[in-house]
Amino acid sequence: MHTLKSIAGILLAASLALPGLKASAATPAEIQKSFETAARASTPGFSGFSAERGQKFFNSTHGNDWSCTSCHTPSPVALGKHAKTGKEIAPLAPAANPQRFTDAAKVEKWFNRNCNDVLGRVCTAQEKGDVLAYLMSLAK
Amino acid sequence: MNNTTKRWIFDSVVWSVSLLFAFGLLMDNAMADSKGFSATNKTWQAECASCHIAYPPNLLSAPAWRRLMAGLDKHFGTDASIDARSAAEIGAFLENNAGRGKRGSDSGTLRISETPWFKRKHDEVSASTWKNPKVKTAANCTACHAGAERGEFDEHAVRIPR
Repeated sequence: MHTLKSIAGILLAASLALPGLKASAATPAEIQKSFETAARASTPGFSGFSAERGQKFFNSTHGNDWSCTSCHTPSPVALGKHAKTGKEIAPLAPAANPQRFTDAAKVEKWFNRNCNDVLGRVCTAQEKGDVLAYLMSLAK
Repeated sequence: MNNTTKRWIFDSVVWSVSLLFAFGLLMDNAMADSKGFSATNKTWQAECASCHIAYPPNLLSAPAWRRLMAGLDKHFGTDASIDARSAAEIGAFLENNAGRGKRGSDSGTLRISETPWFKRKHDEVSASTWKNPKVKTAANCTACHAGAERGEFDEHAVRIPR
């Protein structure tokens, strides 16, 4: 009986972990690396990412009504709230939410959508890397 | 057993079965809103529920869902665009399970809360209720319908926040 339970447990754990592994094969550092590669290719004189610049970008509006903080709040380690629907948003900083920035496709999807909403255009690799540098610099 | 008894038994059985059947039909109709929505799709749930509840597909007509899915980059004022493969999967799920009957008629709007049946169903809700900060918007189904995410909209389970 005990063995059966263990086997069932292992199978359950495996079935839960497998799709997770497939979708989240990256770390924030790896995602940051891919932004760096893109920034080197697209920004002449690229000199690295800056958490300070990222923080300023995160807290500012960019010609439209919203900034990143409209939904994610000025404290990315805290819970956010969708500015329109009111739905709770899990913390954005990896220190507070280990699932953040672990799935490159998801990261791209949300940067595309949210940059369009906040800036009316897609973000550059420099901007994305700066924001990620800021988020990675935050402690829980 | 004489013929009268046989006839009596036959009649009783026919009547009981008919009554049960009629009752079943009535209940089925009455519970259409309360028994919830059973069809589900992982991609639909994951994508649509990231900013709001995943509104059950039977609340809008198939043509309306098609138009909505074609304009995700301008989704009620925000960019909700997704990859083509997910969009195709979600679109098919929505259309296959779209509203029928009154809910299936396309009134032109993409807002569930602006469809004629929604307005009729909510015509007794006072203006002050809609303005309650706990309700905020007619899109906030769960404010009053606790089971909305499971497609449960039974009138008897409605709890209007104060």
